[in-house]
Amino acid sequence: MAKLHIEPKQSEEGEDGAEFQVVEDEGILAWDADSELLVVGQSYPRLEGREKVTGRARYSSDVRLPGQLYARVLRSPYPHARIRNIDITKAEQSPGVHAVICAANVPRIAWYEESVLFDATVRLVGDEIAAVAAESDELAQDALRLIEVDYESLPFVTTIEEALRPDAPKVHDGGNIAGEPTTYERGDPESGLHEADVVVTGDFETPCALHNAFESHGCTASWEGDSLTLWDSTQAIFVVRQQVAEKLKMPEHRVRVIKQHMGGGFGAKQIPWKHDVIAALLSKQAGRPVQLLLDREAENMAAGNRNPTRQHVQLGAKRDGTLTAIVARIEQSAGAYRTGGEASNVSGTYQTLYRCPNVRTEQTAVYTNTGPAVAFRAPGHVEAAFALEQAMDELARALDLDPVALRRRNYAEVDQLEDKPFTLPEGLRLSYDRVTETFGWGERTAQPADSVKRRGVGFAAHDWSGGTGHPPGYAWIELNSDGTADVVTGTQDIGTGARTGLAQVAAEELGLPLANIAFQLGDTATGPYSPVSSGSATQATIGPALRAAAADVKAQLLEVASVVLEIGVGRLSVRDGRVLVDGDTERAIAVGEVMQKIAPHTLQARGARAPNPADMTIRTFGAQCVELEVDTETGEITVLRIVTAHDCGRIINPALVDSQVVGGVTQGVGFALSEERIVDTRLGIVLNANLEEYHVPTVADVPVIEHARVGVPDSAANSTGAKGIGEPPLIPTAPAIANAVFDAIGIRFRAGPLTRQRVLAALAARETNGSGEADS
Amino acid sequence: MGPHTHLPVTLSVNGSRFPLLIEPRRTLLDALRHDLALTGTKKVCDAGDCGACTVIVDGRAVYACLLLAVDCDDRDITTIEGLAKGNALDPVQEAFIQHDAFQCGFCTSGQIMSLRALLDANPEPSDDQILRAVTGNLCRCGAYLNILKAGRLAADMQRQAAADV
Repeated sequence: MAKLHIEPKQSEEGEDGAEFQVVEDEGILAWDADSELLVVGQSYPRLEGREKVTGRARYSSDVRLPGQLYARVLRSPYPHARIRNIDITKAEQSPGVHAVICAANVPRIAWYEESVLFDATVRLVGDEIAAVAAESDELAQDALRLIEVDYESLPFVTTIEEALRPDAPKVHDGGNIAGEPTTYERGDPESGLHEADVVVTGDFETPCALHNAFESHGCTASWEGDSLTLWDSTQAIFVVRQQVAEKLKMPEHRVRVIKQHMGGGFGAKQIPWKHDVIAALLSKQAGRPVQLLLDREAENMAAGNRNPTRQHVQLGAKRDGTLTAIVARIEQSAGAYRTGGEASNVSGTYQTLYRCPNVRTEQTAVYTNTGPAVAFRAPGHVEAAFALEQAMDELARALDLDPVALRRRNYAEVDQLEDKPFTLPEGLRLSYDRVTETFGWGERTAQPADSVKRRGVGFAAHDWSGGTGHPPGYAWIELNSDGTADVVTGTQDIGTGARTGLAQVAAEELGLPLANIAFQLGDTATGPYSPVSSGSATQATIGPALRAAAADVKAQLLEVASVVLEIGVGRLSVRDGRVLVDGDTERAIAVGEVMQKIAPHTLQARGARAPNPADMTIRTFGAQCVELEVDTETGEITVLRIVTAHDCGRIINPALVDSQVVGGVTQGVGFALSEERIVDTRLGIVLNANLEEYHVPTVADVPVIEHARVGVPDSAANSTGAKGIGEPPLIPTAPAIANAVFDAIGIRFRAGPLTRQRVLAALAARETNGSGEADS
Repeated sequence: MGPHTHLPVTLSVNGSRFPLLIEPRRTLLDALRHDLALTGTKKVCDAGDCGACTVIVDGRAVYACLLLAVDCDDRDITTIEGLAKGNALDPVQEAFIQHDAFQCGFCTSGQIMSLRALLDANPEPSDDQILRAVTGNLCRCGAYLNILKAGRLAADMQRQAAADV
C-alpha cells in the first residue's frame, strides 16, 4: 500500500478550488545520467504504427454504431445578433430527421462565463444556434436549411483596435475587456530605461493562427439507459467526463469518454466544447447514437485559434549589452468568449527568459466578435517570442554585439519570478552551445551570384513554462503469469507518440522487453485518472507514475523469485525479461518462468505521480538558427535550413522526439510565413476558413530541419528526467526567420506573417522613402 | 430527380464488387466511409484542398471527396485497406513505420496512396518525383521530411523485392 499524506495545495494550480493535495511517495530514485537503461533512449517505432498505416486505427470520427445518426449544427451567419425567434417545425418534418434541438427544447446549460449552450445572443459568425440529427449527413444538412431564424443584427467589432475604442459596440454587457488585466513589475523599469545606454522600442503584431488539426472537433454519443458513452476527439478524456457530467447533471461514473487515436489537437481540444453536449442531447432525444463532426469551415470559425496580439516592447541595455529594463504592454483578442482553455500567458517570456532587474508587463485581453481563442502549441510564448526575440536582435545590432553573445550576457541563472533555482540551470546554455555549433553560427554564407536573391541568418531563443508535468496522474500494472505485462493508464496519445514513450518507461522499470508490454490509454472506464494532454506534460506526468507502479511490481516479482530460487532479494535484479542473480550468471531465469511458479496468481501495483518540486522551477529552454533567402523581385522567402536545440531533459525515444521537434518547427514556418486567419471587418466572416486559402506549409515549403539534441537528463524535475518537447520547437521559429530576413534585406517585419505581399510592400516602400521598417 | 433519389451503382473496391443504392450527391469519400465502412480514408477538408482522402482509381491517385460515388460505377478503386496482402504490409506502409513518417496519422492514408500510385507508374522515381507525388497531401503535424525519406525507402524496398523474385 502506497504511503499517502495530505497537505495544503500549492497556490499556483488552485483554480479548480481544491484545497489539499495527496502526496504519494513514488518510492524510487530518479534515473540520472549514469543509469544504464536498455529500453529508454532507443528509437522504437510507434506502437500504433501498423494500425495507422493500414487505415485500421479507429479515430473518434471513424466510430460506426448500429443505428448511428449524423448531426449538423446551425451556426450564426452574423457576428453579433439577437435571436428573436427560431422555428424548427419544418426541420423536424424533413426526411430522415430524428432530433432537432435549440434553446426552446433543451435545458438551460451554462457555458462560457455568463453565456449558455444555445444563447439568445450570438456573438460570432459560427456561434451555435440549433442542431439536427438525421439518417445521413446529407439529410441533416437538408434539415438544417429548413430551420427558420429571425435575427436582429447588432453592431460588432472584429479587431483589438475596434474593441478598445471608447464608443465600441459591446461584445458582452460588461464591455470588451475580458477578465482582469494582469500587471507584473519587479525593480524600477522607468529607472532601468533611464540608465540604459541604448533603448529599443517596437510595436509588434502577431496574427490569428488556426490550429487546423486534420481531424476536426467532434464526437459520437451513445446512451444505454442512464449511461452515456462519448467517443470524443479530445486531449482530455477525464476533463470531458467531468464537465459533461456536470452540465448534464449526471454522476461521473455514468459518463464514459473514449479516445484511442486523434487526428491532431495542438491545444484546441484541451477543453470540452459544445459539440460534446449537443451530441449527447441529440442522442438522448433521438434514442439513437449520434455522430457530430465539425466541418472544416466550422472548425476554423468557432473551435479555437491562436489569439492575435499587439505588443508594445521597450528594452534598455548598457553599452556592454547588460539589460537594464524590459517593458511590454500586451493586448490580445480573446474572441467572443473566454473558453477557460486559453493558457495564453504572453507576459511570461518577458519575465523569465533573460536576467533583468527591472521588468514590467501589462497584459489585457479583449473580446471581439470572432471565434474564441484557445491554447495553440506553446500559447502566449509563440506570440511573445515573435516580439521579444526581434527586439533582442535589434538591440544586438544597435550595440554592435553578436545576437547570441547578447543573450549569453543576460543569462538567467534562476527563476526571477519565484526566486527559485531552475532544475537544470544550464539547459539554455547547452541549447545555445549545441545549436550554434551545429549550425556554424558566425560563419557567414556567401551571397548568391544572383543579386536579386539575398541570404540571411537569424537566431532566437525561448523558454517554456510547460513540459513540467501536471500531477496528479496514475498508472496500473499487472504482471501476467507468463511474464508479460498489461500496463494501463487513462492518459491520451494525441499524435505525439506518448503511447510509445510511456510504454518504454514502463518496460524499462519492469525489466521487460518493450514487446512484452501491452499499453492501454484513452478510456475513462478502464484506466485511472490522468490530466489533460496539454502543456507538453504527458510524458513528464505519467512516466513517473508508470515507473512507480513498475518498481512496485518488480519488487513483488523479486520477492517471488527469492523464494523460487532460494536466494536473497538483495542479490536479484530484473533485466531484459530475466531475473538475474548477482555473481551467478548461470542461475538467471526468465520472468515468465518465475511467474509460472505462482500461476494463476498475478502481480499488480498502482503508481502515482508525486507533486513537482516545490523549491525549484522546471523550464524547457531552447534556441534556433535559421538560414534563408529572400527573392527581392517576388517577395518570396525560401527557408533553406533550420537547426534547433531544446533542453527537454532525457530523450526517451530519439526518433519520436525528432519528429515532434521537426513537426513543431514546420508549424513555426507556417506561423512565420503564411498562416493568418482573415476576417472581413465589414461582415465579420472568416474569409479563409478552409485549407485552400489558409496556408499551412506543404511538403515543398519545408527546409532542412536539424534537431541538435541536448539530451541531458533533468533528474531534479521528475524520476524519469524527461520533460515535454511537444510545444517548444515552434516558439523561436518565427522570430528567428524574421531576424534572418532583416539580416538578408535590412527590413524589420514587426507584423506577421511575412507574406510575399508584406515583403513586396516593404521593399517598395523602401524604394520610395528609404525606410527599413515594414508597415503592418 | 429529387435530392433523396437513390441510384444503383457498383463500387469495385480492393478487388470486391459492392452493388449499392446511393444518393447522386454522395461523394466517393462518403460512400467509402459510410456505405462500405472503409474508414481508413479520411475526411479533412472535403473540398480537394488537403489530399487526406486520396485513393487510387483506375491507376491514378485521386481525391475521393471530388468524385461522386455514382460516377465510379465499375471503376477500379484501391483504398488504404487494400494495400497489405494479408499480414504483409505494402513497402510504402513498411517504410512509413520505419521512418516515423506520421504523427497523428490522419493524413497518412492519403500520403501512402499517393506514393503507391507513383511507384505503380514509376518504380524508379527521382527525389523530385517523390516530392511532387505528395505535394497535394498536406500534413499538419509536419512529418514531411520523414514522408520523403519513406518514399525513397519504399522505392528501394520495392526494387529489391522485384530483384529477389
